[in-house]
Amino acid sequence: MTPSPSCSLPLRHDTVQLAHGGGGRLMRELIEQVFAAAFDNPVLAARHDSAVVPVEAARLAMTTDSYVVDPLFFPGGDIGKLAVVGTVNDLCMAGAEPAYLTAGFVLEEGLPIDHLVRIVRSMADACLESGVSIVTGDTKVVDRGRGHGVYVNTAGVGWLRDGIDVRPSRIRPGDAVLLSGDVGRHGVAVMSVRAGLELGTDLESDCAPLAGPVRALIDAGVDVHCLRDLTRGGLASALAELCLDAGVDVEIDEASVPVHDAVRGAAELLGLDPLYIANEGRMVVIVARDDADRALQLLRGCPVSSGSVAIGGVSEKRRALGLVSARGAFGGLRPLALQSGEQLPRIC
Amino acid sequence: MKLVDEFRDPALAQRCAESIARVVTRPWRIMEVCGGQTHSIVRFGIDQLLPSQVTLIHGPGCPVCVTPLEMIDRAIAVAERPSVILCSFGDMLRVPGSRSDLLGAKSRGADVRVVYSPLDALAVARTTPNRQVVFFAVGFETTAPAIAMVAHLALSEGVHNFSLLVSHVLVPPALLAILSDPEGKVDAFIAAGHVCTVMGLDEYRPIAERYKVPIVATGFEPLDLLQGILMCVEQLEGGRHEVENQYARSVAEHGNPEARRMVESVFEVVPRKWRGIGEIPESGLGLRGAYQGLDAEHRFELGDTRAEEPAECHSGRILRGLEKPADCPAFGTRCTPEHPLGATMVSSEGACAAYFAYRRPVA
Repeated sequence: MTPSPSCSLPLRHDTVQLAHGGGGRLMRELIEQVFAAAFDNPVLAARHDSAVVPVEAARLAMTTDSYVVDPLFFPGGDIGKLAVVGTVNDLCMAGAEPAYLTAGFVLEEGLPIDHLVRIVRSMADACLESGVSIVTGDTKVVDRGRGHGVYVNTAGVGWLRDGIDVRPSRIRPGDAVLLSGDVGRHGVAVMSVRAGLELGTDLESDCAPLAGPVRALIDAGVDVHCLRDLTRGGLASALAELCLDAGVDVEIDEASVPVHDAVRGAAELLGLDPLYIANEGRMVVIVARDDADRALQLLRGCPVSSGSVAIGGVSEKRRALGLVSARGAFGGLRPLALQSGEQLPRIC
Repeated sequence: MKLVDEFRDPALAQRCAESIARVVTRPWRIMEVCGGQTHSIVRFGIDQLLPSQVTLIHGPGCPVCVTPLEMIDRAIAVAERPSVILCSFGDMLRVPGSRSDLLGAKSRGADVRVVYSPLDALAVARTTPNRQVVFFAVGFETTAPAIAMVAHLALSEGVHNFSLLVSHVLVPPALLAILSDPEGKVDAFIAAGHVCTVMGLDEYRPIAERYKVPIVATGFEPLDLLQGILMCVEQLEGGRHEVENQYARSVAEHGNPEARRMVESVFEVVPRKWRGIGEIPESGLGLRGAYQGLDAEHRFELGDTRAEEPAECHSGRILRGLEKPADCPAFGTRCTPEHPLGATMVSSEGACAAYFAYRRPVA
């Protein structure tokens, strides 16, 4: 999995050609010198049509996700890191130990090869950090103008230990809601590059695998009722979905949700609500109230979740559908519903 | 966060609200003019801290909300031309025109782009010389200087493929329209701090004098708003009707002279139709003189389209302070952020959207 020096250039071309997806010599060259070199592992080395892997548990978790982020490179990550971390985190949210990924690439003719190499190397680094291997993959090349540089799809499988049962329907009134760190970094980092905003800070995306903290909770025997990573739609949307799925209400204390000053500043400037801004390395952890302190200690022991805090609690639903509400500094409660589409920056 | 947290201190806010309660003896209706202020009031629950005698009325100061239906239709018509890139501030994209919104036009193939500044639109024009780039210039006096600067740059640099679809409006004529409305009952105004930062306080004095109404230029944070309300109530209880400046950390007596000069050199005052209110004389800005060459309405011969508001939408009465969002039978049922009937449900600064986000019952 360690990116090997042999994946460096030279390839015959410095940009992606249609022939790189054509099944011939150029395609083989791309696979060998870029993908196989970076993702090197025994399963991939078999060079077979399918990856053949041993199964280490009676139950598998499976997930897939496609990544189309614009721009391809942003402070704190790139589309490659995102493609590994996003799928790894989805596996972790089921309480699984992530094991294997597949990687499908749709490349646009003309993509600089060195961009592809950077993306693939950061995927390899993210695999190493998450403890997973990319065991099979696919490459297609589309005509210039028919793609956006590169799209990546990853699918993943992970192992579930006996007795692990992490899902929305296990959420119970009385449970505590924990948050693994400050919110909104990824959205603002991407937006700042996309819009050329000079925020006067070196704010980076929170993009990171959550395998470590989930493993810590499960190894310590904490009965985790539910996990949910925060992605598009942010903390508010993640909680709103859980409430709808689990048929419960959640109330959070808005002041307890950590928000970096640069994120707050950008949100104030653009008229956005930090609770709805995207994240790629944060999760909510729902446990019985009696387990909350121990879970917080374990989470805080992992670098990626060192900023974990308790933000609220679960109660019986009071209306037909479960609802999240946030208590503000002035005492009022406001509902946090699913958004209608993306947040749009305001005029003034 | 510096310069924000100081103005959101709950204990100080409580003390300020208590001062208002000590001063007030009679019912008063105070209108906050700006949509940004409405958003803050509803978000932080400022109105719920006030004594029952003080009623806040939400004014027309949301640029998205008052942009007339036909202007949205024109923006869509321009955007649908194959040669055109339409650049807009983000919150205009979901505002319903008579048949569609700009997001709908985008999904049908129009090249519609969100920019954060009109300068970004000019940059698009410079880098794509073979396309026509149109900036949808919407807003009050606050955004007018930036638009004026862009018009100035485009003309002086000879950026031939850049134009402006202008729907700019002015605050004082709207206050006059509200005050002369026989149905209107506004006792005092919280004036929009950012508009006053550009324009100063001069043009509000004749209004305060003629209608015997206190006007207090006010900021946007909870403590700003509470202090602005306190200053209004003190004037009302004392029988005064003056123009005062709560937002002195930003607003100078005569505003920003450089910005005003720039606006006056590029724009002239024109009549403008306001969504939900109708045409108000001398209430808008249009390009003047040599800058008229940048007018997208002329360049693309958009003509004089007219469109009617959906009869069910009460946004006109809400924008004039005659109703609160929940008074509208469609609020939260047939009119939601997913399916807005009117623009006040679209922008985060629109009163209906603010009530929908923060005031639906949670218990």
